Amino acid sequence: MAGSVWKYGDNVDTDVIIPARYLNVSAPEELACHCMEGITPEFPSRVQPGDLIVAGGNFGCGSSREHAPIAIKASGVTCVVASSFARIFYRNAINTGLPIVECPGAVQETEQGDRLSVDLEGGVITNLRTGRTYPTAPFPPFILSIIEAGGLVPYTIRRLGVVGPLGA
Amino acid sequence: MGGRRTSHTLAEKIIADHLTDAGDDARSRREVWPGELVGVAVDVVLANDITAPIAIGEFGRLGADKVFDRDRIVLVADHFVPNKDIKSAEQCRTMREFARAQGLPNYYDVGRMGIEHVLLPEQGLVVSGDVVVGADSHTCTYGALGAFATGMGSTDIAVAMATGETWMKVPETIRIVYHSQLRPWVGGKDLILFTIGKLGVSGALYKAIEFAGETIEGLSMAGRLTMANMAIEAGAKVGLFTPDEKTRAYVVSRARRPCRYYEPDPGAGYGEVLEIDAGEVELQVSLPYSPDNARSVSDVGDVPIDQVVIGSCTNGRLEDLRVAAEVLRGRQVHPDVRCIVIPGSQKVYLDALREGLVEVFVEAGAVVSTPTCGPCLGGHMGVLAAGERAVSTTNRNFRGRMGHEESEVYLSGPAVAASSAVKGRITGPQGVLL
Repeated sequence: MAGSVWKYGDNVDTDVIIPARYLNVSAPEELACHCMEGITPEFPSRVQPGDLIVAGGNFGCGSSREHAPIAIKASGVTCVVASSFARIFYRNAINTGLPIVECPGAVQETEQGDRLSVDLEGGVITNLRTGRTYPTAPFPPFILSIIEAGGLVPYTIRRLGVVGPLGA
Repeated sequence: MGGRRTSHTLAEKIIADHLTDAGDDARSRREVWPGELVGVAVDVVLANDITAPIAIGEFGRLGADKVFDRDRIVLVADHFVPNKDIKSAEQCRTMREFARAQGLPNYYDVGRMGIEHVLLPEQGLVVSGDVVVGADSHTCTYGALGAFATGMGSTDIAVAMATGETWMKVPETIRIVYHSQLRPWVGGKDLILFTIGKLGVSGALYKAIEFAGETIEGLSMAGRLTMANMAIEAGAKVGLFTPDEKTRAYVVSRARRPCRYYEPDPGAGYGEVLEIDAGEVELQVSLPYSPDNARSVSDVGDVPIDQVVIGSCTNGRLEDLRVAAEVLRGRQVHPDVRCIVIPGSQKVYLDALREGLVEVFVEAGAVVSTPTCGPCLGGHMGVLAAGERAVSTTNRNFRGRMGHEESEVYLSGPAVAASSAVKGRITGPQGVLL
């Protein structure tokens, strides 16, 4: 995947990713209309399918709202590259199938509007402006198996077959 | 590793006793180490009117018919209730219908509810030694009881509701030891804001915090719940307290199930140990737009305000309202300020009423609301206009948190909030009690 970069700093919180006043709905397409509105009001109208978000440390800190990765994914963003992710956002992205990559090196040398290509399977990010490449940290096998299944729900169905109480 | 007993932290011991066979590591042992990905059985699964609708959708996508144990699912309508608009009403209806269809005894609607993290400990729904997962980031509040409690998203909660288990990475632990006595008016909120100021908002990312020391032993359960509540604001997965006599007295009178009291082993391995002289901690205020932007109230300067909010899952307990009432009794809220007091649960409301606190607030010119998360996240019941400024006993002051992107939230405990309401500017009690 390759796309244009929306660049952000550290500690982008879920209140700016999707302000809470919009949490009275759950539909992805409605949430996408307000994605990143709290920090970049023009984001929903300007974002293009295939764009990427590149951010500093602790991306997605704050509330547990899964609406945040849902809104980003539905906005057309194909991947979030960050120096690090807040814990709950990390899980939510994996669970809902929003590709995320930790890569501080790429973050540091990427600017707003750069074009980046991300090869998730090959574990490499390329900045198409500078030509520089960056290896990404591999996912642990267990998390990789959730990603490969397409999220936590299909993974759980695959693992347990018929879902039921623990031990049933 | 097999068979060798090592010293462990509180977090490691609770997780080890809840292991299942999921994750990368097997259940055949009773020890865990930081960094391991393990399957964990959960004692309580929680969601609210914002997060439950997505969880219920994912629960259906799983093909699950029944929750794993209907006594262990807690659903609370607290964020946008009483419903602020039609869309919120639809979301609450989704949760209500699910609760009815599943026959969930622990479903809490308007008139019986409370703000979830005030309600669950108060009603004995969570107890010491539990593993609790909640689709709300402040689920970490129950660490005050010595429960491993952490926030997750709706899909994680859907799977936990269906299977009774989840996966997690065993966290490294930061131990924070507080020494000496607190100054007058200084409470749990001041300690945690001060601590977050030291750690930074990502200082405990992916980690557990253990709160300890003689200051903590002297702190009320309400103060401990306030501190555990904000562990997430330093990025932590959980903020744990070792149960003591105060914990036992609190939990035993409420518990509907047996409790398990864990304590960290001497010599447990900590990623970091922080020592804080709590006697040096003054009343704290965190300035916009980050909870780690903490300083002493005397260093805030002359800041006029438009609104004060006293309540929330952080500071909506009876003890918090008592502190606010002590300041507001016989005084008036400044004419330029709207002061909104929100008891954290029906019980807190009734207790405050019986103690005469509600009368104090109303006579002072404050409004007293039904329990709701409302203004904390800019939902309703006190949304800020552009340029407006609030002092709030809530937990987040991110940009736009309480309303317009150009509004500001200053976080504090109830003493500073109530004093600021009287003065019309940010101040501690010394600024109004003289």
